[in-house]
Amino acid sequence: MQGKTMKRMLIVALSIGLVVPAMAASNPSPASDLKAFQDYFHKRFPTVPPADFVNGPYAMNADMRAQWQDIMQFPPYQFALDSGKTLFEAAFPNGHHYGDCFANKGLGIAQNYPKFDPKSGKIITIEIAVNQCRTKNGQPPLDLQKGDMADIVAYMTSTSDGKPIDVKIPNDPRALAAYEAGKEYFYSRRGQLNFSCASCHVQGAGDHLRAEVLAPALGLTAAFPMYRSTWGDTGTVVRRFIECNIQVRAEPGKPDSTAYRDLEYFLAYMNNGLPVAGPGARP
Amino acid sequence: MPGSILVRASANGGTTTVQALIHHPMDSGFVKNAEGALIPAHYIEVVQFAHAGKIVLTAFWGPAVSKDPFTKFSFKGGAAGDDISISWVDNLGNKDSVSSKIM
Amino acid sequence: MTKAVSVNELHADTPLLTRRITLSGIAAGTLAALLAPGFTRAAHAEAAIVMADPSIYPTKAFEAKNEADATKAMFNMTATASDQIQLNAPDIAENGAVVPVSVSSTLPNVTAIAILSLGNPSTIAAAYQIPAGTDPSISGRIKLAKSTDVVVLVQAGGKLYSTSKNVKVTLGGCGG
Repeated sequence: MQGKTMKRMLIVALSIGLVVPAMAASNPSPASDLKAFQDYFHKRFPTVPPADFVNGPYAMNADMRAQWQDIMQFPPYQFALDSGKTLFEAAFPNGHHYGDCFANKGLGIAQNYPKFDPKSGKIITIEIAVNQCRTKNGQPPLDLQKGDMADIVAYMTSTSDGKPIDVKIPNDPRALAAYEAGKEYFYSRRGQLNFSCASCHVQGAGDHLRAEVLAPALGLTAAFPMYRSTWGDTGTVVRRFIECNIQVRAEPGKPDSTAYRDLEYFLAYMNNGLPVAGPGARP
Repeated sequence: MPGSILVRASANGGTTTVQALIHHPMDSGFVKNAEGALIPAHYIEVVQFAHAGKIVLTAFWGPAVSKDPFTKFSFKGGAAGDDISISWVDNLGNKDSVSSKIM
Repeated sequence: MTKAVSVNELHADTPLLTRRITLSGIAAGTLAALLAPGFTRAAHAEAAIVMADPSIYPTKAFEAKNEADATKAMFNMTATASDQIQLNAPDIAENGAVVPVSVSSTLPNVTAIAILSLGNPSTIAAAYQIPAGTDPSISGRIKLAKSTDVVVLVQAGGKLYSTSKNVKVTLGGCGG
């Protein structure tokens, strides 16, 4: 491969002056990237238990954690969960159900998403899979960011609560390319503010950005879909990607863009081994 | 707005603890929507909690109470299997109520 | 409505009652009169839902725009500082729209608790009538428009007490 791409990646990374969590320079592979990535954050935050990274800012700051635990007495995403279960279990007009489109009837499978689809050569997120199911059953697609989609995926994800995240990169050059594209996106600067995802979630992890504490990249997507107090409701990973792009004054992509799919693939893979923590609650 | 109230009540050692989450926008009337128009004030004004026909808490809320308001309190008495009721009315006259069993 | 229905004696302009409000001792017949049709459950008074009555809402108190006016409108008395009120609120609110606030008090005979935010357009955020038998302890979530003092008023034994805590609120940043 991957030698040339890896070398190019390193040059890009070094040229943007960013200390990249040591991507294995020799014998590069997603598996060695994963180890290096997770080791980096464990070394940087030695007092955080590995599984606690899924709690993002709450793993970084005690005052925030106390506020979160207070709110979690009665999680604000409860309405999304109840609504999501009802929506998920309802039959399509043709009599089929969401469960018919997924392994294990759609329960306890969220930890395997996003997936590489060899037929299309694309990465399929769980939200995109839900829409594919709807299309297959003659139903219009749902908004990928919020509303019914966020509720349905919140419910599906809740049935995987605590299961180790297990995103696979099969031995297919297209899957590998998607992973690498996601990784490159993560480390590339963009927008008028010229930040990369890594600027905040690697370099800035644990720091304050105004009143908020920045979550580390490790575990970043593990608690989605997420009820954000700023939104006043529940949203998907893609909703947050778009918001982050806007916040650094970059042009956001379309919700089902290849760039976002690949980015989510990379980030979810980096969480492998951590427990599914969605749906989650955040500021 | 039926189905807006989620409640968890549990009795322990002679005291019942009640937690309730109510699905309501609690719009203050100060916030603008995407088109720049003010979203009208729409917030719960009165909430009544009762057990065995006796009011155990009355809440008066203004628009400064957060969206999807959460309440937690305790009262002496109550046992598993008893009913606890919650009802609310908002500034536009909407209402909802629910009766739920103490665990 | 009989005179025993104390809930309905509260008019919009009347401050929070100092005496305890209960419906205990009201005959089942008059209790039934309080319930909206469709909500009575046959023969089991304990299953009955007490409907929230909008006419008891202290509208004027919620219109007050400063601590003095709010205190007077809600309680018609002045408060003295007390160290027997425990106010839990964050030092820095993670989000001004959802600030968890918990109040409890070791004062005897608490009848009411009010939560004020001095930096908000309307000073009173929430108020609670605490009947006999209910613990003087409330948790809720309020909106803070900006960094401000959160003041808690506790009415106990016919007198009014207060405590406060400053909570910092900044605009949400890019974090999460």
